[in-house]
Order: sequence, then C-alpha cells, then structure tokens
Amino acid sequence: MAVVFERPKALIDVPTHYCPGCTHGIVHRILCEVIDEMGIEGDTIGVCPVGCSVMAYDYFNCDMIEAPHGRAPAVATGVKRTNPDKFVFTYQGDGDLAAIGTAETVHVATRGENIVVIFINNTIYGMTGGQMAPTTIPGQITQTTPFGRDPELAGYPIRVCEMLSTLSGTALAQRVAVDSVPHIREAKAAIRKAFENQKAKRGFSIVEVLSTCPTNWGLTPTEAIKRLQDEMIPYYPLGVYKDITSEEGNK
Amino acid sequence: MERNLMKGNEALAEAAIRAGCKCFFGYPITPQTELAAYMAKRMHKAGGVFLQAESEIAAINMVLGAASTGVRAMTSSSSPGLSLKSEGISYIAGSDVPAVIINVQRGGPGLGGIQPSQADYWQATKALGHGDFHLLVFAPASVQEMVDMVVKAFDTADKYRMPAMILADGLLGQMMEPVEFPEISANAVDKSSWAATGHKNSREHHIINSLYLKPDELEKSVNDRFARYETIKAEETDAELYLTDDCDILLCAFGATARVVKSAVNDARELGIKAGMFRPKTLWPFPVKELNEAAKNAKQLISVEMSMGQMIDDIKLAINCSKPVGFYGRTGGVIPTPAEILEEIKKVGGAE
Repeated sequence: MAVVFERPKALIDVPTHYCPGCTHGIVHRILCEVIDEMGIEGDTIGVCPVGCSVMAYDYFNCDMIEAPHGRAPAVATGVKRTNPDKFVFTYQGDGDLAAIGTAETVHVATRGENIVVIFINNTIYGMTGGQMAPTTIPGQITQTTPFGRDPELAGYPIRVCEMLSTLSGTALAQRVAVDSVPHIREAKAAIRKAFENQKAKRGFSIVEVLSTCPTNWGLTPTEAIKRLQDEMIPYYPLGVYKDITSEEGNK
Repeated sequence: MERNLMKGNEALAEAAIRAGCKCFFGYPITPQTELAAYMAKRMHKAGGVFLQAESEIAAINMVLGAASTGVRAMTSSSSPGLSLKSEGISYIAGSDVPAVIINVQRGGPGLGGIQPSQADYWQATKALGHGDFHLLVFAPASVQEMVDMVVKAFDTADKYRMPAMILADGLLGQMMEPVEFPEISANAVDKSSWAATGHKNSREHHIINSLYLKPDELEKSVNDRFARYETIKAEETDAELYLTDDCDILLCAFGATARVVKSAVNDARELGIKAGMFRPKTLWPFPVKELNEAAKNAKQLISVEMSMGQMIDDIKLAINCSKPVGFYGRTGGVIPTPAEILEEIKKVGGAE
C-alpha cells in the first residue's frame, strides 16, 4: 500500500510535552516538512528558546542548541557567522522574542543575519503559567493582568512583523496563522520561503505564527481556535510585511 | 623568535588569533577597547569573524553559539560588562562548552571607574553566574604572560570543555612591553563527539543544553562536572614563588599588583628583612599546595590586592588559618606603591 501521509523525518517520533490543543505541534510539523522537502536536516542547526518550546531539542532531529531566555538570535548569530554554509533557525515565543530578547531580535534583523526565525505569537507566557506577554491584547485577562490588560498601566502590545519590516536587513517578515488548513498551508509556504531566502543568502527572515494556548487562555481547543480567528487576526493582520523578492508583496 | 613592543590589550588579541581563535564578539568598554579594535583590523585577514555585538549579553551568547559548533571563540570586556556576561557564562559552563573570556578589570561597584582594579576576584573565582560551577581563571602579570596565558586558556578550556577567563586589569591592558609570540602548533582537539555542526545524516543529533528538569539528572550532570574539577585542581594550578625558601614574611599578590610587591620584597631584603612573594598564576584552581610550600617557613602572610581584600579568603583557607594573614590594599583604581607595601612589611617584620 502506498504511504500518502507520514511523520516528517526531521520530527523525532516521541510524545511531546505540549498541552492538548496547543498549536506548537502543527508548527513543529510544517517546519520539519520544509526541512525534509529541502533535504537539509543534516546541515541544519536549530536554536530553541526559553518558554514552552524550550525542550524542542528533543523533538527536532537536527543538531540543536538551547539558548538563554531571549538570546536565541545572538546564539544563532554565533553559529551562522562561523558556519555560513549551514542552515540556522531559531524557534521562539513572544515573551522570549519580544520582551526579554527585544534587543537581540532587532539587531539580528538589522544586521541582516542570514537566518530564519520562527516566532510563535500566542499572546501569553505559557510555560510559567499564563502571564502577560508583550503581545497580550488590550483587555486580555492573564495571571498578571487579572482585570484585563490596561494599556494605561501595562502599555501596548508590540506588532513584531510591522516593526521588523522597517529594518533594511530584513528580507522577509510575514505573519501567518495555524487555525485552518488554508492558513496552515500558507504558513508552511512562508517557512519554505524563509529557508529559501537563507539558501540564497538574502538575509534575515521571520515568520510570525499566530498560535493558541488553550490551557492558559482557559478555553477548549476549539474555542481557542475561534479566539485566534475572532480576536488575534483582527489585531495582528496576516500578510507579508516585507519580502525583498516580491515588489508588490510589501504591505 | 620575533619580538614586538605591544600594548597588553593588543597582545591578548594577537595571541588569541595565533591560538586559533576563529571569532571574536565584543562590545566597547574602557579599558579593554583596544582589544576589540585590534580584532576588527586583524581578524578578517586571519580568516576569522569579528563582530561588534549590540550588548555584552549578545556578545557572550554569540560566543556560546560559535563555541557550540566547536570553533574557538572569545569575548572580552571590563568589570561592568562581566556582570552582564555572567548569565551567558553560566550557560556556557552548564552546557560544557569551551570558550575564553577576557576581563580587563576596572574599579567598581556600579559604573565605578576606569582605572585598574582587582575587585572582580570574588566574581571570577566564586560566582560568575548562577549555579554550581567554576571557570578556569588565569592571572597574568606581564604582557608576555597575557600572550602565554591566552594560548593556555584556549587549550585548557578545550581539554576540560569549560569556560576560561583571563583576569587582567587596566594597568596590564594599557601597558606596553616587549613580547614574543611562541610558535603555536594548532592544538586541534577533536570536538566531533559533541559539537553541533550539522549531523550530515551520519550520526545522532547533538544537543548543546543546560536544562535538566529531573533533579537527579541535574545533580548527576553537576557531579560529573565537579569530578572534572577535582582533576583540574590536582593538575592545573600554577604559581610563582619568589624568595620564599627562607622568608619570614610572605607577601601574596596576583597580576599587576605582584610587580609592585616584588619591588617591595627586594627593598625589604636590602633592609635585612626576609620577605618573599607568592604569586598565583591560576586563581581558580587556587594553587593551594604551592602556597603551603611558599609559606612553610613564614611566620606572617600579607595579602596585597587592588581591592578591599578578596584573595585573602582563599589564602586563609589554603593554609587552614594556620598563620596570621594581614592585608594591605588600595581600591577604586589606586595602585599601591612599593613604599606603602614596604611600610606594611616593616610593621610586622621591621622590629627584628
């Protein structure tokens, strides 16, 4: 019988620690499908963050380095500068990338480091139990915004792709979501484009993936997908914010 | 062998390149800036990478990344910068990755000053970051030793898969002296069993990591590291013993301070006072047996430091508080003079 669907080779066949309904698994899978399809697993070095995906080194079959909180872009810079022919990616959450690691994020982009950043935006700190993230939407209830995020007190969220698209070193800044099959296909195409950019030495590529956190949002997986669609996508519009390979692709 | 007149900071950089350092990540801070400037000029031609990072924090994490792939990597800074790097150094130690870190010390705490200091002794030897770990700490006292110790630091870091530090100070960094660069055979340590270089579909994937969520696994990882530390303590200590065979008064000093102390010891000898000097070249591991050898006939020890007294703790521990240990120090960037130290020697030994 012909096999038409199987686990990507780049994704190790072990149970993950992610909560039921969490979309990390989808993103892991499509990232690994891209690595498989490009045949680059043996030449890829991944850097995982501090956050829910801290143990991604146990799931990705390529060589992996676990970075301090927020420092994955700096660690990846050290890897890529000394190994320019390898594929290097980071996989980071919103607290890691847009709060404690903001300086590393901005400077890795403005230097045009030839790496790929997969950025999981689920508007919350998952691993520590659901605190306000830099991407928490105004009004959103978290452990540290128990009455809803009040911009007067807690400031406004950061729209990462919009911010990084202003930097000359950015080759691709694209926001995708994993709430539906068409969106997942778009997300995979964006990750593929990011890795093709790295192959062609075009510079820094970031793919921001709107994701869910049913556990800390206090929702069922289905309700969480609905929140992503109804609340996150309007606040964080999907699309290509910068793509140096496409003249009309820029918002 | 070629002989050059070089500034300490530049000699550190040149020695690192000759030792096979393939990348330098730095951030400007006085009084070590010449090191980065030299790297910017030379590293590219030497086939390596120079990158000015956005912060000390980014620089040490770039070192973590590069060193994780088995490349010889280095960063340098001065005291306030080391506080920022301490997070990354803890991760480097916890991930068993070799790397070299330079601290050209200045006065503290806080922003402190920009003149020479030795007040980061505790930080370097006891607590350069959170958790149970050590790093190798070398303390040069001349520009030539800066060269020799950088080479030694890379080799020893590779041998034990751990971070190594050159603990210099602003005096040594800014001072010019003649140096000779030894012929360095590329000491190629095989790192293929652990480095994250891409598995080429020919081996299991490598993971560079310091996370162990199960307490017994973390304890085992720390215990394994401390077993290595015991070997290092037995085999890697180094010290200079100067006129110690018959000395009544043993002065203890490291780095630039030891040069001043040596002058004071010579002056004391001319006055008939039997003074000697113990100078640790490795601060961790501390040369315990060398100190006990140096102190065997001494009645009194004096630690002389450019701080309020930090190494003195290790001296007391090393001799088990078996003899009185006095202290003389200047801090804030003030360098003690031979005359001041001689007065201290006379206070304890001049009556004879």
